[in-house]
Amino acid sequence: MTEKRELIRNGKRANGREDDELRPIKITVGVLDKAQGSCLLEWGKNMVLAGVYGPREVFPKRDVDARKAILVARYVMAPFSGVEGHGRAGPNRRSREISKVAGHVFENVVLTEKFPKTMIEVQMEVLQSDGGTRIAAITAGVLALADAGIPMKDLPCGSGVGTIDEDNKRMVLDLDKYEDNLGKSDIPTILSPRTGEILLYQMDGYLTKEQLLEGLDKVQSKAVPRLREEMARALKEKYGGMAENGGVEQ
Amino acid sequence: MILDEVKEKFIKGVMREGKRTDGRAFDEYRKISVDTEAFPNAEGGAWVKIGETQVAAGVKIDLSTPFPDQPDEGMLSVNAEFSPLAHPDFYPGPPKPESIELARVVDRGIRSAESIDLKKLFVKENKVLGVFIDLYVLNHSGNLIDAAALAAMAALNKARLPKIEDDKIVYGEYTGQLPIARSVVTTTFEKIEGQIILDANDHEEVASEARFTLGTGDGDKFASAQKSGNGGFTRGEFEYLLDTALEKGRELRKLV
Repeated sequence: MTEKRELIRNGKRANGREDDELRPIKITVGVLDKAQGSCLLEWGKNMVLAGVYGPREVFPKRDVDARKAILVARYVMAPFSGVEGHGRAGPNRRSREISKVAGHVFENVVLTEKFPKTMIEVQMEVLQSDGGTRIAAITAGVLALADAGIPMKDLPCGSGVGTIDEDNKRMVLDLDKYEDNLGKSDIPTILSPRTGEILLYQMDGYLTKEQLLEGLDKVQSKAVPRLREEMARALKEKYGGMAENGGVEQ
Repeated sequence: MILDEVKEKFIKGVMREGKRTDGRAFDEYRKISVDTEAFPNAEGGAWVKIGETQVAAGVKIDLSTPFPDQPDEGMLSVNAEFSPLAHPDFYPGPPKPESIELARVVDRGIRSAESIDLKKLFVKENKVLGVFIDLYVLNHSGNLIDAAALAAMAALNKARLPKIEDDKIVYGEYTGQLPIARSVVTTTFEKIEGQIILDANDHEEVASEARFTLGTGDGDKFASAQKSGNGGFTRGEFEYLLDTALEKGRELRKLV
């Protein structure tokens, strides 16, 4: 049973964060040997591992596209990932829907037309969950694609945004599990920083037009710059020395 | 595949001239009909047509066990079937991502808008009423989400509460209407060649780069949103979507 908790205490978020403050984010790329690209991403208590295989031969064969690579995205939560009881292994309806919209984000930026008749797989495993796992998983997937050396137009990123107060008025960024479960609304949002376009947008709640625009602007102005910084840092950590090193990984 | 490419080129060419292949305005829906007398055996039902698209919704109400975290609330379940008779590309088998997405988007709207007063569906400890909405796609000529959301809402507004005696449902006898607090419908946009259109037909959907569905409810509020497809929407486009969804949503809700 979901524990009854206050989300706001003395006018501030009970988890101690400012309204526009994201949780600590730690990103490491290239953590798996077999996958062409990989990323371990810790976002608050969320922990997601993403691995990329491909471009490689298409399976099943009937899915082959003569014009471009097909992109297969798979998001799954481990049965031990939540604070509640043992979950079910493998994909469910929720995770299948998330896999679909995650695939749209990757397809928007990957230059799939460079690899016709192939398949690029992005595997995302949620190992620990604390609210906002789809955003964390897609961020990890984007970085695993970059780590695999797959050409992309941009590094999409974003955050959840929603209302957690009883009046359904106050928009805060990056809702954790309790804020998501007990709050009034949540809008996972992913943007393309280069074009400003919305690539992922889903919503639960009952909000006005003004609130939706306020939420979008918060993600754009507060979450995206922070994520860009963290993502660049992770890639530089692994590849930063390459320029001085004649293009060879250190 | 080849046919789709030809179709896509043709549709995009017409869109570039600021027109649609069937002559509609960009924000114009096809003719909509809602028949709520279609399935008298179900507690509530509706057969919706948007142009050639046909979706049936059936509501069944049954006794069930509540979710452990909501012991005093009724249950809601939404499922979608893309019947193989609805389109040559639909085959029997486990649900595809598209049908899961459709069911979940319709579900989120009804749930977020608190359309059904689930608290009134409490029967006794560990017994509540479950509302099961099944959405049957019978002919896919585009814009299935809006047709399904409309059918679900029409069926809910029509639904009756079954009589309960000795902890069992007495089929065919009713004690009143299912308590509905507000109506919610969806408005789905497709983006083709940078142009945004409403109520795309199935040919236009083949050429579409991106989709945005917005659920709106009474009081001009948004109850659900889902961006789909590989393309993106700018902030300016998003504002247009919000304004248009509110305006069209008001009209659509009059039909249910």
